[in-house]
Amino acid sequence: MTTTMDASRRTPAARPVAARARSLLLGRDAAVIVLLVAVWLIGSVSVDNFAKPNTVYFLLLDVLPIVLIALPMTMVVIAAEIDLSVASMLGLSSVIVGVLFQHGWPVWAAAVVALGIGAVGGALNGFLVATVGLPSLAVTVATLALFRGIAVGLLGTKAVTGFPESYKDLASDRLFGPGTAIPAVLLVFVVLAIGFGVLLHFTAFGRATYAVGMSAETSRFSGVNVRAVKFWLFVATGAVSALAGIYWTLRYGSARGDNAVGLELTVVAAVLVGGVSIFGGRGAIPGVIAGALLIGALRAVLRLADVSADAINIATGVVLIASVVFPRILSGVRGRRRRSRRRGLEPEPSLE
Amino acid sequence: MTVSSPKGTTMALLNARGWRLAAVAGLALALATGTAACSNGSKGDYDIAFLPKNLGNPYFEASDNAAKKAVKDFGGSFKEVGPSEATADGQVTYINTLTQQSVGAIVLSANDTNALCDALHDARDAGIKVVTFDSDVDAKCRDVYVSASSPKLIARNQIDLIAEATGGKGDIAILSATANATNQNAWIADMKPYLKSKYPDMHLVDVVYGNDDDQTSYDKTEALLSKHPHLDGIVSPTTVGVAAAARYLSTSQFKGKVALTGLGTPNDMRKYVKDGTVTSFALWNPKDLGVLASYAAKALLDKDITGKNGDDFKAKGLSTKATKFTVGPKGVITLGKPFVFDKKNIDDFDF
Repeated sequence: MTTTMDASRRTPAARPVAARARSLLLGRDAAVIVLLVAVWLIGSVSVDNFAKPNTVYFLLLDVLPIVLIALPMTMVVIAAEIDLSVASMLGLSSVIVGVLFQHGWPVWAAAVVALGIGAVGGALNGFLVATVGLPSLAVTVATLALFRGIAVGLLGTKAVTGFPESYKDLASDRLFGPGTAIPAVLLVFVVLAIGFGVLLHFTAFGRATYAVGMSAETSRFSGVNVRAVKFWLFVATGAVSALAGIYWTLRYGSARGDNAVGLELTVVAAVLVGGVSIFGGRGAIPGVIAGALLIGALRAVLRLADVSADAINIATGVVLIASVVFPRILSGVRGRRRRSRRRGLEPEPSLE
Repeated sequence: MTVSSPKGTTMALLNARGWRLAAVAGLALALATGTAACSNGSKGDYDIAFLPKNLGNPYFEASDNAAKKAVKDFGGSFKEVGPSEATADGQVTYINTLTQQSVGAIVLSANDTNALCDALHDARDAGIKVVTFDSDVDAKCRDVYVSASSPKLIARNQIDLIAEATGGKGDIAILSATANATNQNAWIADMKPYLKSKYPDMHLVDVVYGNDDDQTSYDKTEALLSKHPHLDGIVSPTTVGVAAAARYLSTSQFKGKVALTGLGTPNDMRKYVKDGTVTSFALWNPKDLGVLASYAAKALLDKDITGKNGDDFKAKGLSTKATKFTVGPKGVITLGKPFVFDKKNIDDFDF
């Protein structure tokens, strides 16, 4: 832009109440939640069998691993990094639980080891990204292959099954008895969601995460330990992915090296749909939870409406693109309006 | 990373303040209602859903299209659903969906023997009949399993085919998949005594393993022939192995001298049958498998069978002309002998 700004016109007055309300209503979080409610209402009215407790129950069970991993992934993406190794870590964790169980370990002990391996794998990512300074995209694409390779290498094409029913029930019991909607395992998620929500939105570590995502350089000069922030975020994604692997193993009663292949993309999709900027610095936990539920609900509605898997993937893709493109266009519109106001001009014709 | 700001042309389209909510709601409406219309199709007496390992798989397209016709023929309603990737969790999601829809029967080829069990258990609790075909789940998780063939029938078919190609004498070798593949080992174990008793002039000199990997199978074929230059025939009861062996033979000095047969798919083997590297090979006919699975579902819904050993039912429209089938031990229904593909019929198949 070549227009010279007239400094005197720039009044730094507080934003009008209406504008604040509008930004609250039309913010990314709100838009995703509105869309989720819309999909839900339309599904309930127009698709047979959608408005039933089982829809919620199955939806939550299906979405759980995605939304679990999305919690730490949100923070990683806000810090302007990414972790693509999460689904492979889920698979590796599942295999470790299976192999140890096969060797006579109790499931809880195997699960503890799997969680430890998850944290160690995450620490490897964290070390390579934070300390060595490699780009997380490259590092985690490599560990995506590495973790999956170990997982498949340990078990081959075999599956470990025969987990005790008492453990399997942990993953599928309903909180309020037969026929009700809420799986008991959701409690694990609620605790973690509150934990990550508080961590991100109410602590110094959370503020440092945003700062790192805005500008690692600036945060470093402001005294933020950028390395430590990034390192611990990757440890968190590793450990939570391992937790999701334990859940996966118990829910399906089958430890396999190829469990959850490709799930990392669904997790990233949920995070982006939920309003987190892929360039870092912006995003919030509630939006991401809504984003994951939105993807799950949309797929559930379409499945019940007998839409083919390919068409469902297309619909999911469209929502993802829309969620990334709309805010960019919107911020462009806002920016133009603001610039126009500054110059005291009406919005100009389309071509500049 | 830097991002260039959006250009003005797009802006012109978006001048209303409420555009965003409208767009969001419109998108949801379009996605949900545009597709919901087809959910209220009328259901026949036999509401049968096929759940292949994954969609877009030519093998299951063949079986499911034949099944669709069979279900239409007996007046039922057919649908095919499934994940786009061959995963157990993808199938669980669809089993749950079909349970919510209260279909009459689910006919599936399982991606995992155990992971589907809880979901299938829920489905059966809801009164849905469960038929597996091609790939089974644990026997307690379904009503019946429609098996393409039996180890004994496959073993005999493979030995008969290689005997036909070599004149029933000479040295043969087996190119298998992995050394610990249960099905392969069962077949090989059945081949040995049959070979001895039926073709005493034919000898099995080696068994090698290509690990169901194209390159490894190719290399093993090459190594096999340099170790046994006077070999007369190779049996490869795995689709990957037989295609790799055919590829090696077709460009080697052994073409036409070393006979090859195995279990292969028409699309993999077409060119080797046409160029004379392979005279005939076998596999089951996926169309027949789909048809028989449909009739098994119908028989369960009619309560003609319950999955008990000795129950029998009728099927129509199979290429083998067989019509009467009996449920064997553990609820297994066997389609029959492997289907032999040769120059004459290979172009009738596309999978």
